[in-house]
Amino acid sequence: MRGTADAVVIGGGVIGASTAYNLLKLGMRDVVLCEKSTFCSGSTGRCGAGVREQWGSKGNCLLAKAAIDRFEQLADELNYPHDLEFKQKGYLMLAHTEKEWDQFQKNVELQNSVGINARLCTPEEARQIVPALNTEGMLGATFNARDGHANPFHVTRAYLTAAERLGADINYFTEVTGIEVSGGKVKSVITDKGVIETPLVINAAGPWAKPVGEMVGVNLPLYTQRHQILVTEPVGWLLDPMVMSFSIGIYCQQTPHGSLVMGIGDPQEPKGYDIGHSWQFLQEMCRIMTGLLPVLKDVRVVRQWSGLYTMTPDAHPILGGVPGLDGYLQAVGFSGHGFMLAPVVGEIMAEMAMGRDTCLDVRNLDAGRFERGEYNVEPSVV
Amino acid sequence: MAKTDDDIIVCRCEDVTLGEIRRAIAEGATTIDEIRRITRAGMGPCQGRTCRQLIASELARKTGKPVAEVWPSTVRPPMKPITMGSLAKIGEEGEE
Repeated sequence: MRGTADAVVIGGGVIGASTAYNLLKLGMRDVVLCEKSTFCSGSTGRCGAGVREQWGSKGNCLLAKAAIDRFEQLADELNYPHDLEFKQKGYLMLAHTEKEWDQFQKNVELQNSVGINARLCTPEEARQIVPALNTEGMLGATFNARDGHANPFHVTRAYLTAAERLGADINYFTEVTGIEVSGGKVKSVITDKGVIETPLVINAAGPWAKPVGEMVGVNLPLYTQRHQILVTEPVGWLLDPMVMSFSIGIYCQQTPHGSLVMGIGDPQEPKGYDIGHSWQFLQEMCRIMTGLLPVLKDVRVVRQWSGLYTMTPDAHPILGGVPGLDGYLQAVGFSGHGFMLAPVVGEIMAEMAMGRDTCLDVRNLDAGRFERGEYNVEPSVV
Repeated sequence: MAKTDDDIIVCRCEDVTLGEIRRAIAEGATTIDEIRRITRAGMGPCQGRTCRQLIASELARKTGKPVAEVWPSTVRPPMKPITMGSLAKIGEEGEE
């Protein structure tokens, strides 16, 4: 590990990987990344792997749209030998309540106004998109063909290997234990493998972003919460898009590999770092999904696991610096949708680090918005 | 074409060859979990029951560490594949 750097990125998930790559791409010379385990060991490698533009806030819509623009070019740009398993077969969002249907009409109007081509569907139209869907009790749906899936392990590793080619020093099993600040400026990053002198540190520590923030005296309004998920055996084609419902709290998508990945958001889930798994989840997930997609009843579950959402009060990420602290940036609190935003967030973080104008205006995503009361909660999360 | 060691299937569920395992190690993987994330070896229906030991041996050979010191891989439930239809009925009357 190097003893000095122009920037140290903390976190070997997709946000840290994309940030490290983009720093080098923009011309920063000496970039060091520290990851306490190995790549994709926090939230990235545990996520549902979906990418979508269909959001309920303008900020998330613009970020997600810009991210998908970059996903479309990513395999070429990063020159990675494996398939990134990027597919664009859409997201079908189901509405089962009047409130949800009203929200979807507002969402589609907003999405269309920023150039996202989502559309409202009748239950019959939804069944044309997913013939296996049970539309009983459904009021309608929204569909956006540009949404889809990518493989989080390979996307992250593609960024990391591209960053290494450009000269990054990637350190696995290297835990950051402290950050030295003097006179309001970051001086060095202390790890269990040694100290790195640096004028800039970027907190991309996912579920551990809050303890990393505390190392520089920043108290982030974040909490972590377990989300459970499962994967089935690979089977022949069953459905094209991600099927998602906010009122039921589920998502389910068939990956290019043929397996189906699905999860539930449980509003009763306590806050904390528990990533254990429960049979109650298996039962509930399978009960709901065999109701919505009866064809799944003969498909076998191979594996279940869980991961952490790192939530902010408004379910939007916190991007940027902190007043009075020179050399500290953070890209944290992705609230369950960090993977899909990573290509554009890494670029924005690199632009901030280099003192350039950012490709999207994200000044309203600073940490100070909560104290100022200038935030709106994203309605479309599972 | 002559078959070599590299053509041997190590993970029968996901059709991963010894050559692919060796390539992942050559590219820097030092743990079973990293190899799984890169190649899918051990992600199939048997959850690595066959390949885990073979990969641990190969890692031990390439890294010069004893097998016992190779980072252990995560084992996840269910222990064998179960249909979603059966799982949906857990706890229903008359079901065990």
